[in-house]
Amino acid sequence: MKRFIERFVEGLLLISGSVTSITILLIVLFLFKEASGLFNKPVIEEGYILVTNKSNPVNELSSYQIKQIFDSEIVNWDEVGGKEEAIEMVRLSDIDKKWSMSNEDISKKINDLVDDHSGILLYLPMVYITKEFKGVILDQQTIRPVDFFGGQEWYPTATPAPQFGLLPLLLGTLWVSVGAVALALPFGLAVGIYMAEVASVKLRNFLKPLIELLAGIPAVVYGFFGLVVVVPFLRQVLNFPVGETGLAGSVVLGIMALPTIITITEDAIRKVPYATKEASLALGATQWQTIYKVIIPYAKSGIISAVVLGIGRAIGETIAVLMVTGNAAVMPHSITEPMRTIPATIAAELGEVSVGSAHYQALFALGVVLFVVTMILSIAVDFFSLKKK
Amino acid sequence: MNINKQQAQKIAFILFRLMSFSVVGVLLIILGLIIYRGIGTISWDFLSQAPEQGMTKGGIYPAIIGTLYLILGSSLFSFPIGIMSGIFMSEYAANNRLIVMIRIMTNSLSGVPSVVFGLFGMSLFVNTLGFGDSILAGSLTLGLLSLPLVIRTTEESLKAVDYAYREGSLALGASKLQTIRNVVFPMAFPNIISGLILSIGRVSGETAPILFTVAAYFLPKLPSSIFDQVMALPYHLYVISTSGTDIEASRDIAYGTALVLVTIVLILNILANLLRRYFAKKVKTN
Repeated sequence: MKRFIERFVEGLLLISGSVTSITILLIVLFLFKEASGLFNKPVIEEGYILVTNKSNPVNELSSYQIKQIFDSEIVNWDEVGGKEEAIEMVRLSDIDKKWSMSNEDISKKINDLVDDHSGILLYLPMVYITKEFKGVILDQQTIRPVDFFGGQEWYPTATPAPQFGLLPLLLGTLWVSVGAVALALPFGLAVGIYMAEVASVKLRNFLKPLIELLAGIPAVVYGFFGLVVVVPFLRQVLNFPVGETGLAGSVVLGIMALPTIITITEDAIRKVPYATKEASLALGATQWQTIYKVIIPYAKSGIISAVVLGIGRAIGETIAVLMVTGNAAVMPHSITEPMRTIPATIAAELGEVSVGSAHYQALFALGVVLFVVTMILSIAVDFFSLKKK
Repeated sequence: MNINKQQAQKIAFILFRLMSFSVVGVLLIILGLIIYRGIGTISWDFLSQAPEQGMTKGGIYPAIIGTLYLILGSSLFSFPIGIMSGIFMSEYAANNRLIVMIRIMTNSLSGVPSVVFGLFGMSLFVNTLGFGDSILAGSLTLGLLSLPLVIRTTEESLKAVDYAYREGSLALGASKLQTIRNVVFPMAFPNIISGLILSIGRVSGETAPILFTVAAYFLPKLPSSIFDQVMALPYHLYVISTSGTDIEASRDIAYGTALVLVTIVLILNILANLLRRYFAKKVKTN
């Protein structure tokens, strides 16, 4: 009986040992499940169609082309592969405004419009199409992977064709996190090296808990600090037109990434064998020469881990960034502009979308991108540290 | 100017020292500002009343209670599983492929951004399992998020116990499980607890995972079951400092909320450190 209980408990331990692997699998499963529908979604709202005159050779438009036409950025059919002819864009609401009439009359009116105007592009609900319809219904496209991964606009509420372009958000994320690590790295490395090699035990025991505290402060408090200190500082002291910029995000994230970089650097440097240091000192090198010529090269892979994990932390940080970067989902050109990161977009928009809509699926697709990127970073770090052993 | 190697060392070390102190300085500025601006708001009423007048007046009582519920709920989930997993990793896991795999997975899970946990929790707990926005869904999400930390703490604390104790116990005829339960685990206990306390600190401050799984914008009433929504301190701070009805008027409340959050983290950190020192002393005298 006792043996049986022991076996049972050991079985339980084994099962709980696998809990993180199961969690990762579940995360993959559910994120992909929610995101996968995105590429089956029509580019325009379901139940709606685009129609043209039957003489028009164009029979399909991509999501981005539709958006540009409705924003009047494309005004001629020859820009989308048709004849040289001005696009005459009509929405149902335009018809409603001009002539108030019953549904059948609208159907008839639409039919006449499409037949008479060779450059017309009509956006309307499918219900108005009758049997004797004389126009051409454009092929119903679905959102393509290239619209998401290569899309330059994130504008999920645009009608008729919402834009789910990853690029502006990805670039925003990169600007902010690279800026953060660039700011944090010199300090992180210096403090890590100082604590491991230079500082007295007493000073180290003083610094260590403070660094831990820095790691323990909640992200939302950092965001709040950014909002009341960093943002006004950028605007008033550095004279930025707006304070909520990528740079504000980088400063806040840089502070938040410091403990990660410091701790891992310190650990890496502590692992350098004492004999290696002594050999260098015995050859007449100063402590500083030993640090930068022997210890740092020796601890290189650990320091690289520190950098990579610091970037990982910065890429995934959500709430603090959301509070200070200004949230403009446009292609950023410099770090002094407002921008928006991937996690901030998810946090800001997920609350307002209906489950299963294209927008909802697009946000999960962003989650997949984020998950894959951070997984690659952590596995790379693990791989290198295992190899080193 | 030529500088010799001693001077170079002096300059480098002074620079390092300055940089270290500037990092500490940043911490002190953040803490100082929040304490200085927040202390005036803290009163018994602030801690025991619900928000009023569009959250520009009144207190944060429901948010404090909500955060306590979430801490409790997530700990009930993550502590038993995480500790068991940690015991397995430290005491049973041989160094084979499976274990390397599990370790990589644990490390990777700790690198998964918190907002991804939020997405996952929303998809699995809120929608698929039908818990809705609830304490249950939020606690499970936060529990999963804190698992890697709990596992790693347990594993490292157990590994820190000298191997001789295990051998002594085994030599006396105790089984492996008895050895773990009666010898290794009790010795590692204070260190494990200090790690768990830090994980509570992490859970209490997380915002992104609770955005879509539990957090309510404004809910003066306390929850009556685990399927209710709650307010939570970090989400409350986020809301009143960015999208409240009157951001300027609720600044004081925001500082007060930030101070409460920071105080929780501060107390938990001090507690964890005291326990760790106690542990270090105990092992030395052994």
